[in-house]
Amino acid sequence: MPFGNQVFKKPEFKKISDVVWEIPTSFKQGMNVPARIFATKKIVDAMDLQVYDQITNVANLPGIQKYAFCMPDGHSGYGFPIGGVAAFDPDENGVISPGGIGFDINCGMRLVLTNLTYDQVKPHLKAIVDKLFERVPAGVGSTGFVKLTKDQFRKVVEEGAEWALDNGYAWKEDLERTELNGKAEWADNSKVSPKAIERGFNQIGTLGSGNHYLEIQVVKPENILDKELAKKWGLFPNQIVIMFHCGSRGFGHQIGTDYLQTFLSVMERKYGIKILDRELACAPFNSPEGQDYFKAMACAVNMSFVNRQVILHRIREVFSGVFKQDAEKLGMHMLFDVAHNRASLEEHEVNGKKKKLIVHRKGATGSYPSGREEIPKLYRNDGSPVIIGGSMETGSYLLVGGEKSNETFCSTAHGSGRTMSRTAATRMFRGDELQKDMMQKGIYVKSVSFSGLAEEAGGAYKNIDDVIEATHLAGISRKVCKLIPVGNVKG
Amino acid sequence: MPYKFLEDVAIADVAFEATGKTLEELFESCGLAVTNTMVKDLDSVKRKIVKDIEVESESIELLLFAFLQEIIFYKDAKLLLFNKFDVRIRQMKKKNRLKAKAYGEKLNMKKHELKVDVKAVSLHNFQVKKTRSVWKASVILDV
Repeated sequence: MPFGNQVFKKPEFKKISDVVWEIPTSFKQGMNVPARIFATKKIVDAMDLQVYDQITNVANLPGIQKYAFCMPDGHSGYGFPIGGVAAFDPDENGVISPGGIGFDINCGMRLVLTNLTYDQVKPHLKAIVDKLFERVPAGVGSTGFVKLTKDQFRKVVEEGAEWALDNGYAWKEDLERTELNGKAEWADNSKVSPKAIERGFNQIGTLGSGNHYLEIQVVKPENILDKELAKKWGLFPNQIVIMFHCGSRGFGHQIGTDYLQTFLSVMERKYGIKILDRELACAPFNSPEGQDYFKAMACAVNMSFVNRQVILHRIREVFSGVFKQDAEKLGMHMLFDVAHNRASLEEHEVNGKKKKLIVHRKGATGSYPSGREEIPKLYRNDGSPVIIGGSMETGSYLLVGGEKSNETFCSTAHGSGRTMSRTAATRMFRGDELQKDMMQKGIYVKSVSFSGLAEEAGGAYKNIDDVIEATHLAGISRKVCKLIPVGNVKG
Repeated sequence: MPYKFLEDVAIADVAFEATGKTLEELFESCGLAVTNTMVKDLDSVKRKIVKDIEVESESIELLLFAFLQEIIFYKDAKLLLFNKFDVRIRQMKKKNRLKAKAYGEKLNMKKHELKVDVKAVSLHNFQVKKTRSVWKASVILDV
C-alpha cells in the first residue's frame, strides 16, 4: 500500500531566476509543458516533495499552455497542489478539472475598512468578537439566518450578489468592489444536483470551519509599505480593518464531488484522456460535461459571493450596534473580494498570440496588472487588490497585481501555506493554551473548537513574510500593507 | 481502533487508514472515521435516529467513496451525526450494491465537541485493498 510510505523524488531544478525554478519535461513521462515554482531558494528547499509530483501531474493534462505553475505558498493537496495554477486552451482540447479548483469553489477573502482607530476599538474588542461569534455562525453543521426555500435558493445561485443587493444585504458599491461584480453570469442552476441544493440552501451567512476565519486587524504605521496606494485605497495608520475567509460551503463541496464522478465516468471512455491521479478527473472544456461543470461551478461562485455579502451585512450590524452609529458613518466600505479557488475564462498571450484560456487557480489568487479588464474600474489604473490571509497569529497582507503576473496567467499566492499536518498540529499544540498565548500577544480569539484552533496554530504554517517577499521579488504582486490581527473568530 | 489518523500524508487535509475483517466491517470503520473527524467523542452521539443509505457502483472503491459521501451529505442537509453503521454489500458481476442502516442523532454544538467540518472525500490516493486476512482502506478527506 503506497499510503504513508510513498517515495517522491526531488527534481533537478533549472534556475530561471532567484525566485523561479523550472522542472523540465524530462522529469516525468507525458509532461506536455515544464513546471515552474515561484519561490525563494529557502522555500523551494523546504517544500514537501509531493508538491513536485502533483504539479508535474498537472503538466500532463491535455491542452495545458506554457507552464504548470506553483506559487510560493504551495503545499501538497489532492489533484493540483495547493498554490497550483494552470491554463488550458479549449481550442487545443484543453480541459476543465474540479481538482484544479478544489471542492470549496470560489473560496476567498474579503477586506472591509472602517474609519476607527485601534485605540477606539480596543475597549470594545472583546464585545465585538463575542458578538461576531454569535452573529456569524461557524463550525461543523452551522446554519445561517437567511431562510430560503430550495427554489428560492436556485434563484440566488444564479443572481449572486445582485440578490443580496435586492434583499438589503449589500450596498451598491459592494458589488463594484467584488470580482465579477459578484455574479458569474454563466451560472445555470439546472446543472446542479438536488443534493447540492439540499446541502447548501440553509448555509448562507456561515463561515464554515478548518482554516476559515473572521479577523479584526490593525494597520500599524510601520506596516504601510506603499504609502501612496494605501492612502488612495482608504487605509491609514492605526486603522481597524476586518478580513474574512470562507467559501461556497456544502453547496460547492457537493458540486465538486458530483462532477468528479461525472468526469471519471466519461474521461477515458468518451474522450480518451489518461490521468495520473483520479483527483485530476477532467473533460474537455468544450464538451457537454465540461460545459455543465463550468455552469454548475458558476452557481457555487455566486453562492460564495452571497455568503460573504451576508456575512459583511452582519459585521456592519455588529459594529453599528457596538458603536451606536450607522455602518456608513463608521466608514465600513468594502475594499475588495477576491477568490482563490476558481476557473475563469481569460485572455492571455501565449507565444505572442492572444488566446482565450480556461485558467485554473487552486489556492492561488487572481493578481492582475493595471489595465486588465478583470479589474473593477475603481482600481483598474492601480492593478487589482490582492488579499492574502496568513495564519491567525502572524498577520495578513494587502498587495496589488504586479506587472510580471502576466507570466503566471495573472496569479499569485493565497496564504502562508501549511508545513505541518492537522493531525501533527493537534499533537504539538493545545487549543486552550494557544488561546491564552494569543491573548497575551494581544489577539482575542474565539473558536467553536479547541482542536480546530490548535490545527490552525501559527507554527503549522510557513512564514507569511517569506511567502509575500517571494511574490514581491518575482513581481507577480507588490506589497501595499501588512495587517496584524487583534481579534479572531475561527470556524 | 479499526482506523487511525495519519500525520504525514496530507498536510492540509485529514488522512486515515481503516481495516476490517470483512468488506462490510471495513466500510463501517471508514464511516466511523469520517464522523470522528468531525466530532471528538463518538460516544457522545446517541442513537436516536436511523437512516437508510443505499448506493451502488461498478467498483468497490467508488462504492466506498459514495457511501462516505452520503455521511457527509447527511451532516449538511439534515445535520445528522452517526456513530454506528450496519452495512450489507452485494457484489455482482457488473455492479456492487450497498445497503446500510446509519444510527445517530442531530448535531448539537452544546453537547457534541466538534472538530473540523469535512467538505468532501478526495480520490487522491484513495484505496481499498484485501490482504491475506484483512481488508484495508486509505482515505483523504478534504476539510
